[in-house]
Amino acid sequence: MHRFFFREVPEYFPFLLQGAWITLVLSLVSMACGLALGLAVALGRLSPYRAVRWPLDAYVELWRDTPLIVQLLFIYFTLPEFGLTLPAFWAGVAGLSLNLAAYLSEVFRAAIAAIDPGQRQAALSLGMSRVAIYRRVVLPQMFRATLPTVGGYFIALLKDCSLVSFISVNELLRHANIVIADTFDSMNTYIMVGFIYFVMSFGSARLIGLLERRLTPRHQRHGAAMLPGPKGAAA
Amino acid sequence: MTGAVPEPVLVARGLRKRYGAVEVLAGVDLAVASGEVACLIGPSGGGKSTLLRCLNVLERPSGGSISVFGEALCRDDGTGVRVAPERTLRRARSRMPMVFQHFNLFSHRTVLQNVMEGPVTVLGLDREAAIDRARRLLRDVGMADREDHYPDQISGGQKQRVAIARAMAMAPSVILFDEPTSALDPQLVKGILAIINDLARQEITMLIVTHEMKFARDVADRVHFCDGGRIVESGCPDDIFQRPRTARLADFVRSIHE
Repeated sequence: MHRFFFREVPEYFPFLLQGAWITLVLSLVSMACGLALGLAVALGRLSPYRAVRWPLDAYVELWRDTPLIVQLLFIYFTLPEFGLTLPAFWAGVAGLSLNLAAYLSEVFRAAIAAIDPGQRQAALSLGMSRVAIYRRVVLPQMFRATLPTVGGYFIALLKDCSLVSFISVNELLRHANIVIADTFDSMNTYIMVGFIYFVMSFGSARLIGLLERRLTPRHQRHGAAMLPGPKGAAA
Repeated sequence: MTGAVPEPVLVARGLRKRYGAVEVLAGVDLAVASGEVACLIGPSGGGKSTLLRCLNVLERPSGGSISVFGEALCRDDGTGVRVAPERTLRRARSRMPMVFQHFNLFSHRTVLQNVMEGPVTVLGLDREAAIDRARRLLRDVGMADREDHYPDQISGGQKQRVAIARAMAMAPSVILFDEPTSALDPQLVKGILAIINDLARQEITMLIVTHEMKFARDVADRVHFCDGGRIVESGCPDDIFQRPRTARLADFVRSIHE
């Protein structure tokens, strides 16, 4: 115990934090790419044209039905055979965001479908363009409705980042393995690694919770007492 | 009506709409004059709401032609229906917004924001002017003290008041009403009809699908009886309700008096 706190932590913790920093950057970049791609795929899959829908359907199925680690290994080790070589970090971003987008596109698609079509008709009947309807009516409601789920995916992503240690990205788990190779002390190292993952995930969850609260009107917030309705209110 | 017949702002000729094998509109001819209040009455399933939705091309007609403010929104050259470009449709819709049976307010926006949405996004009004306009209209419909409420915090009757203000905020020439009181409790209907009645005194052209016969009789300049996908009879309220010329209208008028 004494050895753990007074020798190992001061010696290896900063090195592990460097890895954690890479994990965090990798997660944020992959999340941004995954969100953009997931939204594009969701919108594409709502297209009336089969030629647009079909390849996107195939993509979503293919990516959801194969393991992430296989996708990462494929991108890093197999794509170079076809002439596409990505640096480890960007191979990680590509693998994580393609995987995430496949799942998020389904989340977004369901949320868009759940918005009352009457609101779109009302917007159309005011003379709004399709782009304006998405920007002003559909997407804001979609983002608010999906925020808790998307937040959950971000936390999962933070931890899935550990898989990119297999393709030699110097993130948290890889740094941990380097430490273990040096000290043969896997137990104490993994305790530190677990602690760092927990702090990052817990912090993210709290931030997402705050964001969700900010975006929800006061009376709809969880635990808020329903405001007294107007006299004779039906709803 | 005497003197020169005012120019029609809204004309439909031979309008047809089919869903698969079902023909909902079987060739409708309709003209609404500028400043006129026209009511569409008739049994459920007769095609009234579909007709309204075809007029602003929320539904794409299967045949026939529509012109609004002298501009063709869709025409039928015999080989199929040609719909005007999106931009023409949007301009026409912004000049004749619609009030829906189920209100269709934007649920993520407050009452004030609902009314501001059209002026800001479609008409390009700046925020201050849009707020002023929205507040004035909310006052007119008796909703001034609810501007910060969300749609899920107000009653059905209040939602419809906001929806009418949202339509009025476009400074429209025409308003289309699709059964504006059908989803409301009886005691709330009166307030909404009173608001529409007030609008009828302004120079706004209105086309109202309604089941409120007394209201149609009081407020309409012209009543159209719609049944079986056609306009069976048109006339002033007295003629329609007291001197029906067709057996179908006579039956309908009798059925509502029972």
